[in-house]
Amino acid sequence: MLSNIGISLLVLVLILSFLIIYNASLDLKISSQSVKKNIYKLSLFQITFIILSFFTLIIGFINSDFSLINVYENSHTAKPLFYKIAGTWGNHEGSLLLWVNILVIFSYLFLVFNRNHDKKFRLYTLIFQNILILGFLFFLLLNSNPFNSIYPIPLEGLGLNPILQDPALAIHPPLLYVGFVGCSIYFSAAMASLLSDYGGKLFAQSIKTWVKISWCFQTLGIIVGSIWAYYELGWGGFWFWDPVENASLLPWFAITALMHSLIVLEKRNTLYAWAIILCLLTFILSVTGTFLVRSGILNSVHTFASDPSRGIYILSFLSFMIFSALTIFFKKYKKENYNFNLKSKEIFILANNWFMAFFLVTVLIGMLYPIFLDVLINEKISVGPPFFNIVIIPLVIPFMILMAVGPKFGWIKSKNKIFFKALFLILVAGVINLFIFYFFGKYSLLSNLIFIAAIFLILHSLLDFKNFINNKNKLELPRIISHLGFGLLVFFIGINHQFSLEEDFNLKVGEVKKTSAYVIDFEDISIEEGKNYKAIIGNFKLTNLKNNIVQYLNPEIRIYPNPETLTYEAAIKTKINSDLYLTMSNVSRSEYYNIKFQKKPFMIWIWISALMITFGGFVQLTLKKNEN
Amino acid sequence: MKISFTKIIILSFAIFILGIFWQGLKTNKNYDTKNLVGSKISNFQLSEINNHQQYISEENLKKNNYTLINFFASWCAPCRTEHKYLLNLSNSKKEIKIIGINFKDKKINANNFLSELGNPYDFVGKDIDGKTSILFGIYGIPESILINNELIVIKKIIGPIDEIQFNEILKLIQ
Repeated sequence: MLSNIGISLLVLVLILSFLIIYNASLDLKISSQSVKKNIYKLSLFQITFIILSFFTLIIGFINSDFSLINVYENSHTAKPLFYKIAGTWGNHEGSLLLWVNILVIFSYLFLVFNRNHDKKFRLYTLIFQNILILGFLFFLLLNSNPFNSIYPIPLEGLGLNPILQDPALAIHPPLLYVGFVGCSIYFSAAMASLLSDYGGKLFAQSIKTWVKISWCFQTLGIIVGSIWAYYELGWGGFWFWDPVENASLLPWFAITALMHSLIVLEKRNTLYAWAIILCLLTFILSVTGTFLVRSGILNSVHTFASDPSRGIYILSFLSFMIFSALTIFFKKYKKENYNFNLKSKEIFILANNWFMAFFLVTVLIGMLYPIFLDVLINEKISVGPPFFNIVIIPLVIPFMILMAVGPKFGWIKSKNKIFFKALFLILVAGVINLFIFYFFGKYSLLSNLIFIAAIFLILHSLLDFKNFINNKNKLELPRIISHLGFGLLVFFIGINHQFSLEEDFNLKVGEVKKTSAYVIDFEDISIEEGKNYKAIIGNFKLTNLKNNIVQYLNPEIRIYPNPETLTYEAAIKTKINSDLYLTMSNVSRSEYYNIKFQKKPFMIWIWISALMITFGGFVQLTLKKNEN
Repeated sequence: MKISFTKIIILSFAIFILGIFWQGLKTNKNYDTKNLVGSKISNFQLSEINNHQQYISEENLKKNNYTLINFFASWCAPCRTEHKYLLNLSNSKKEIKIIGINFKDKKINANNFLSELGNPYDFVGKDIDGKTSILFGIYGIPESILINNELIVIKKIIGPIDEIQFNEILKLIQ
C-alpha cells in the first residue's frame, strides 16, 4: 500500500518537474514582467507531493510496515518511537528522499521570495534547479527507491545500528542536508545569473539569504556531528580528520568564503566572477562529498552499505554538473578589473577568501591523495591528523589576526589609527598568554602564537561588542558574535589540547588505580535492562587528590540484540571548567576491563563557542527579516 | 590566448579528478578471496577447541603433504551436507590432514556436532570471534582451503564441498 502511494507521489513530482521546465522555457520567450501563474501552481503541487512522499515513508517507519524493504532493513518494532522516525533518514534511501525534498523546498521558496528580481533570472534558476531535482529523482526511483516492497512480508525488521540511536545523531543528518543541499539553489542561481546576464549587486541580494541559511545549518550540522562523536564514539575526541568529516568541511570552507565575498559584491559591485565560482564550487563539493561517502570509495566510520552502481550514478551526474558549469562559465566569463586599496575592507575579505581557499585545498589534498595512490599505484595509506595539524594550525595564526582587524577597516580606504590599536591589543594578548604560560604550564612556540592570536581576536571582538552597546549598530552584531566565537573556539581547543590528562589501564572489579591526580576505585558492576538493550554498568569512585572531592562515574557497555552489537557508553561528568571522561571495555576472555580515563578542561566551552559561531549566523537571518 | 590556456588547465584538472574517481569505483575495495589461490599462508596459529594449551601453527602444517582447512560451525546447515565428504577424505588413506576451524560457535555445541556426525578432523581449532577466519577472507561458512607443504593455497572452496569438488581435491593431492 504505502509502497504504491510513495512511488506514485514520486512519479508525480517527476512529471511536475518536466512540466515546470517546459513551462518555464516557454515563459522565457514572453516579454511580460511577471512569471506566469501556472508555474507557481505547478511548483506548489510539486512541493506538496514531495513532502507527502516523505511523510509516507515516516508513517511506514512509525507503523513498522515491513512490506517496505527500507523499513525492514533499518527498523525494528522494539525501537523507541523517536528513533523509528529518525530511522527514516538514517539510511541511504531515506536520506536521499530527504535530499530531494530539500531541493524542491528551496526551489519553491526561491521562486516565491524573489518576486522583485529579474524574471529571466528567476526562470533560469527554476529550470536549473529542476534539472537537479530530476537528476536526483531518477537516481532515487531507479537505484535507491525507499518505497521498494518486499514479499512475503517479514514479521520483524533488522534494526538500526545502535550507535546511531542517539538524539544528536538523529538531527545531525537533516541539519547537514539542509546545509549542503541548500547550496543547490545558488548553484542554479549562479548558472542562471550567467545565462541571463543578471549579475553584480542584484545577484548578491537575491542569493545572500539562502547562502546564510545554508551556512547556518551546515555549521550547526558539523558541530552536532562533532558533539555526537565526543559523547558516543568513546574516544574522548571530537574531531578526527576522518575522510567524511573532511568531506563536510570542503563545502563549508567554500560557503564561508562565499558569504564574505558576497558582502563585497553587494557593497562594491565587484568580485562577481569569484562569487559565481564559489557558488558553483560549494554545491559541486557537496555532491562530491556525497559521492565519496555513498560510493564506498572512502573507508571511514560513516561508510554507508556501499554499492558501486550508486557511485556510478552520482559520479555521472557530478561530471554532468561540473562540465555544464564549466562550459557556461567559460562562455560567459568577462574579465573584471580589480582595483583595491591595501588598507580597505575589500582586501581583508579577499584575504579571508585566500585563507579559506588554502584550507580547502589542504583538506582536499589530504582527502584525495590516498584515493589517488590507491587507484594509480595500488598503495594504501591514510592521511591522518598530523598532516592537517602541521599544515593548517600555523596558518590559523595570521588568519585570526586578520579576522580581528579586518572588520575595523572601512570600504575603499582607511586611516592608520587602527594599526596602533591593534598593536596595543597584541601586546595585551601577549601578556595574558605569558600569564597562562607561567602559571599553568609550558607549551611550544607555536602554541604560544596560537594563544596570542586567539586572545587578540577575543579582545578585539569584546571591544567591538562594547562599541555595539554604545552605538547599537545592529548590522555589526552577527559578525562580532561569530568572530568572537571563533576566537574562543581556537582558544579553548588550545587549552583543552595542552592541559588534558589521559590514562589508559586495565582494572578488575574491586581494584584501585592511583593516577597523578585521581584515585580511581572500581567498586562493582551491575546489570540493567534498558528499553531495547542490556547494560553492564561499572561503578567507579574517583577521588581528586588535590581537594579530596569524591565523584562517581558509571560507564556502560550496552548489548543490543537486533542486530547483536556492543556499544560503549562513556561516563562524562561535565563541569564548567572541565569534563571527566571515563570509558570501560571488556578485555576478551578475562575478568579485566580496559579503562580509559580523561580529564578535559573547558570541554563545554568548546561547544559553546562553536555554537556561538552559528548563533551569529542566525542573528543575521533575523536581522534581515526585520529590515525588509 | 592566456585565458584559453587557463581553461585547458582547469578542464584537464576536472577530467583528471573525475577519471580517478571512475577508476576508483572499478577497483574492488572488498577483500577479494580469488587472489588467495597461489598465495602463502602466514601468521597462522590456533588453539585447540577443548585444550587451550595445545596449539597448531605453520610449523605443524609444513609436515603434512597436503592440508585441508575447513571452516565449520554447529549452527551451519550446509556444513552438515559436506560432512560426509570430509569423513570420506579422512578415511581415504591419502596423504592429507584435515584441520577444522570452528567458527563463532559454542564449545558444547561443536563437540555435540562432531560426536553426532563423526569427527573427520586431525585438529579442531577454535575461532570464537571469527578473527582467524577473516585472515583467510572467509565471509560465510562453510569454506575450505587446500594447501600444500609449502603453505601455498592451491584451492579454495566457497560453500559446501560436493561430489565434484571432492573429486577435484582427490585429483589435486595425487
